[in-house]
Amino acid sequence: MSERHGRSVGVSESAVRSSGGGVRERVVAAIDQGTTSTRCLLFTRSGRMLAVAQREHRQHYPESGRVEHDAEEIWRNVARVVPEALKRAGLGPENIVALGIANQRETTLVWNRHTGVPLARAITWQDTRTGSIVADLVEQGLTDLYSATSGFGPAAYFAGPRLRWLLDNVPGAREGAEAGDVLFGTMESWLIWRLTGGPGGSGGPPGVHVTDVTNASRTMMMDLRTLEWSPKLLETLDVPERMLPEIRSNAEVYGVCSEVLPGVPVAGALGDQQAALVGQTCFSPGEVKCTYGTGAFLLKNTGSRIGGSAQGLIPTVGYLMGDTPVYALEGSIAVTGSLVQWFRDSLGMIGTAAQIETLAMTVPDNGGCYVVPAFSGLYAPHWQPDARGVIVGLTSYITRGHLARAVLEATAWQTREVVDAMNAESGIPVSRLKADGGMTADHLLMQYVADVLDVPVERPLGSEAVSLGAAYAAGLAVGHWPDAEVLRANWHRAARWEPSMDPAVRERERENWTRAVLRSYGWAR
Amino acid sequence: MSEARNHRAPRQRAAFDHVELILTTTSHGRTLGRVPGPIQSVERAAAILRLLGGAGRPLALAELAAALDLPRPTVHGLVRTLREEGLVDQDRATSHYRPGAGLRRLGTGWDRHDLRARAMNWADALAGSSGCAVFLAVPDLAAAIVVHHVFRPDGSPQTLRTNTEQPLHATAWGKCLLAFAPVATPAPRELELRRYTGRTATTVVMLEAQLAGARSRGMATDVGEYEAGVGGAAVPLRSGGGLTVAALGIAAPVEDLFGGGGEPRRAQAEQLQHAGREISAQLGSLR
Repeated sequence: MSERHGRSVGVSESAVRSSGGGVRERVVAAIDQGTTSTRCLLFTRSGRMLAVAQREHRQHYPESGRVEHDAEEIWRNVARVVPEALKRAGLGPENIVALGIANQRETTLVWNRHTGVPLARAITWQDTRTGSIVADLVEQGLTDLYSATSGFGPAAYFAGPRLRWLLDNVPGAREGAEAGDVLFGTMESWLIWRLTGGPGGSGGPPGVHVTDVTNASRTMMMDLRTLEWSPKLLETLDVPERMLPEIRSNAEVYGVCSEVLPGVPVAGALGDQQAALVGQTCFSPGEVKCTYGTGAFLLKNTGSRIGGSAQGLIPTVGYLMGDTPVYALEGSIAVTGSLVQWFRDSLGMIGTAAQIETLAMTVPDNGGCYVVPAFSGLYAPHWQPDARGVIVGLTSYITRGHLARAVLEATAWQTREVVDAMNAESGIPVSRLKADGGMTADHLLMQYVADVLDVPVERPLGSEAVSLGAAYAAGLAVGHWPDAEVLRANWHRAARWEPSMDPAVRERERENWTRAVLRSYGWAR
Repeated sequence: MSEARNHRAPRQRAAFDHVELILTTTSHGRTLGRVPGPIQSVERAAAILRLLGGAGRPLALAELAAALDLPRPTVHGLVRTLREEGLVDQDRATSHYRPGAGLRRLGTGWDRHDLRARAMNWADALAGSSGCAVFLAVPDLAAAIVVHHVFRPDGSPQTLRTNTEQPLHATAWGKCLLAFAPVATPAPRELELRRYTGRTATTVVMLEAQLAGARSRGMATDVGEYEAGVGGAAVPLRSGGGLTVAALGIAAPVEDLFGGGGEPRRAQAEQLQHAGREISAQLGSLR
């Protein structure tokens, strides 16, 4: 990471741009199959993004609490965005050394292996229809079995209960699964199967049916220690094993594309949050990343140790590249960026999300006002489904500016709660937070996060940690990069916020926030 | 779309100049030394804005035409131009017109955090390609305020300069704002030309010469005039109509940024100008 390094990056970049499709340019492609859109990004060896193409897909809301995606629409979008990204970079499939996939996690699909047609729309991770299936598992006294095997007790958040719902409710699903005609997969399984041949025919072999350890760890069906499907859990969920994909590592050649990028190996797959952990090069135990989007997801590398769930955190697989799995502890926050959107769209306080910083800067502090955004309960570490949002500390002194501060501070304090839980779980305090995602554009917020955590917060150059992680996994698998340590040199600090808050103020504010949170509990009936 | 608009802007200005020439030559016979009279299309555009602002609801083209007693094609041409300038918005569903978001920015300019949000991806890309630190600055009274700062990607310890005030006469971004946003900044003779290094321009004559150079080159430079040994180069960021709203700059050790002749190195200058054009296109886009 010498001074010289930055310039050599620039040179290689301009070479790629001017080459206009020279056959010797070698780049890695990543597909980021997200909740609202599918994107293709191309990365150079130094981890710089060359081009991006994006298409949104439709959100289907058949009834309250149900959110579905059309998997065929998503596949069509993949087939469009990949050539678009190549065109923008002036490159062809021959320039792509490998393809990696990062995807929305826990979104569940079943399809016919002979026709390639899904039996129903995919049930997304935001969908809450499986509450009764989960309640049933808890009533059967299976919580301890699930905790001991999959790492966490039954919850509607994960893919397994959704698969069970599909088997129970979609005509032909269970019979087809038992006969070996119907396959299950999360989005990476579906895309890898399609890319590598789909149903086959016209001389080509059928696609490979695989998943990766990170996506499998979010199904509630995998044994977190053996990294294999747990027969006991499959039995209690009543899921036929033959419909499940084979569980593979995050970085290996699963197959070769016969479509979209003919001849290119599909060599990396990770759930989006684990992909961001890799993209942020959090390769050492204790390193933490936080992706700030609509919600926020903190993942801490726990090395070979499976973390405990006592603090309301979820132990999960961080990544498996090679033989030894690296585990992670995850804390998710439901409402962060979406609170700013609410402030903009529902309250009309600001014209754009960015303007909340301008409004907040009109006042020096929150004026004693706190916003707890428990819009649909509170996630980690509270897990209070009956909590609802509160605004406390209102006096006639409070202005829009104070509310803007309180909205931003809510994201910082929720981050602090998850970090506190992580510290309590391991006894080793987090010493630095690597942040990414759209909210890192808000410097006032990032400073406040550093202030309340009392550790530095850093932002990497380029905000595409999720896609970069998928590209890294694929590139490592084909030897484009020799090892993960090389990738650390690609991580460049774009900004660093140092804590500068008076400890007495921090403690007073923490107490106030905690009192505000308690007032949100138990409101819903 | 925004790119196409940027290309059109100079032609639009040329068209207005042409109209002005016709008006002044026909009504006065000669243009030389005469103050032109009121320009009808500007008067009409102002009337449209007053109508939309006072209506309290979106208005249809027919209503505007009736209120102004003008043919619909004439009003349509005016209102379309106002829409492209962001001063009028059109409802997609009803096609009715209402006051545009650009009107709110008239008094205050761009919100500096909107600027940062729109510039951020390109600023990161510029830091990556140039190997320099990147700064985004706006004028604020007699100083340049840093709105966004991306570290130089070399792993060296650096301090975030967001929200700091920097001198207009001694930084590349400051001089860029003086040169290209003369209305939003004080005149050089009103500035306190404090000496920061041996290279700081401390006389109005020196500074004026540097600003003239910046205007002809399209880029302002700082060869260690604020911090010894630290150089900078900056280009204007223009919103719709060509108005300079901010300066985009890169910073690195003087010897890294400048060649022997004191000119910025070509590769970095081109990367800076490219990013400046891309961000300007974002700022001109219709929203």
